[in-house]
Amino acid sequence: MCVLATAGCKAPEKPRYTVDTALAEQGRAVIERAGCAACHEIPGVAWPRGRWGPSLAGFGDIGLIAGAVPNTAENLSAFLRNAPAVKPGSTMPPIPITPDEARAAAAYLYGIDDDV
Amino acid sequence: MFDALWGWPPPVLDPAGPYADKVTVLAWVLLALGVIVTAIVCAALWVAIKGPARWKQRLGGESAVWIGGIAFPGVVLTALLFWGLTLTADLTDDITGTEPRIRVTGEMWWFRVQYLDPAGRVVMEDANEIHLPVGQPVVLELRSADVIHNFWVPHLSGKKDMLPGRTNLLRIQADKAGQFGGVCAEYCGGPHALMGFVAIAHQPADYARWQQGRMGRLAQVNATGGPGRQLFMESGCGACHRVAGTEANGLAGPDLTHVGTRATLGAGILPNHRGTLIGWIGDSQGIKPGNRMPSYDTLSAAELTAIAGWLEQQQ
Ligand code: HEC
Ligand code: HEC
Ligand SMILES: [Cu+2]
Repeated sequence: MCVLATAGCKAPEKPRYTVDTALAEQGRAVIERAGCAACHEIPGVAWPRGRWGPSLAGFGDIGLIAGAVPNTAENLSAFLRNAPAVKPGSTMPPIPITPDEARAAAAYLYGIDDDV
Repeated sequence: MFDALWGWPPPVLDPAGPYADKVTVLAWVLLALGVIVTAIVCAALWVAIKGPARWKQRLGGESAVWIGGIAFPGVVLTALLFWGLTLTADLTDDITGTEPRIRVTGEMWWFRVQYLDPAGRVVMEDANEIHLPVGQPVVLELRSADVIHNFWVPHLSGKKDMLPGRTNLLRIQADKAGQFGGVCAEYCGGPHALMGFVAIAHQPADYARWQQGRMGRLAQVNATGGPGRQLFMESGCGACHRVAGTEANGLAGPDLTHVGTRATLGAGILPNHRGTLIGWIGDSQGIKPGNRMPSYDTLSAAELTAIAGWLEQQQ
């Protein structure tokens, strides 16, 4: 199983994003304060590990946010604050965080795949 | 809740009111005595190993055992016991009738909160949050509905057990406005580590406004409605939860009459907003494993959103 999984992968690429680690650290605090993990499993956040929303492990590698919107830092920050406005019909509700907090949270999410 | 457990300075050494002040004094004195006794023991050890022969002889005699082993600890510990009990005696002073009274009942794994009038009648039900005026002692009547719990807001007072079949009194007071985390400090099984609450201290004028607002809302007809209310009732939430002014009158879970104003969800563990409401209702077992509310994973996202929207209106 392990072999199959690794054989299916390409050689490790360079991370697609350069992550500002100080900002990412702030982002983790934002994510913990906002309770994002009530719905998501988020690497680096020990508790909770909510299962109502998708796991965010390896999120930085995906091309489309929630399968719909190009995965750019700007789109992601907007999505985190008001998902239904960015992706009509999204089941993730708006989360009460400021634009700066959303940018920090986005930086953290992009940093995740660098850790594993 | 979590700021009751860590932070700098540590919450026990960072009192925000007169009752917690005393506990902090006690903590410092115990710490100081511990340091002194450790120093004496180390010095004696040094004498026993490397000291001059004359000193060794004196230390090895029977009188050293009588003095250092029996008289000293006996006197110091007895004095400490009496001093400590006298110092903190007023934490459990009787009800005089002029102070705000709140009954807090430990339940597995959350806190039932009932505001009482001077005659001891319940005037308002709530959960997982206590509101108090700054600069005034508040008397808590602590009880338990099941096993032994323990009520602790380190910034505001000492710890007190919540025992089944008994009412323990505890006074708390905050001298500045703000939010102070509290926890259950006695292992009570299952998700005990996720059983907390917050104490919110208001300036007296704000407190009066808060109280008036709540009583005003209770006096009105609960006109909030729409599909969220209907779904809440149809899903059977009302069997365990009470929402004043509606047919929901369950008592097995926290009162939700004012859940929209709550600072936290899940007994002090999550912030309270639309997202965490949905997450909690949809997957409370994932968030707080073993708690007594089932996860509603059969409800659709739209249904959960509607219920959460209605709960947000329960101010
Ligand atoms: C009510 C539960 C809930 C909360 C709270 C929540 N989310 Fe989501 N999130 C979801 C759901 C459901 C989706 C899937 C949305 C969709 O497909 O439209 C999602 C999608 C996402 C995605 C896209 C995932 C992917 O694979 O494309 C990211 C990133 C994300 N959330 C981050 C966050 C962050 C950061 C927070 C906190 C600020 C947060 N979420 C809070 C439920 C939640
Ligand atoms: C079997 C009884 C039961 C049913 C049915 C039930 N709950 Fe609960 N609920 C509880 C208990 C018990 C808690 C407290 C859990 C804890 O913190 O340990 C709780 C907690 C909550 C909380 C958090 C309250 C707070 O202040 O922390 C909300 C919100 C909630 N329930 C909403 C609902 C909704 C909406 C439904 C219906 C879809 C529902 N509940 C059905 C028992 C129940
Ligand atoms: Cu406990």
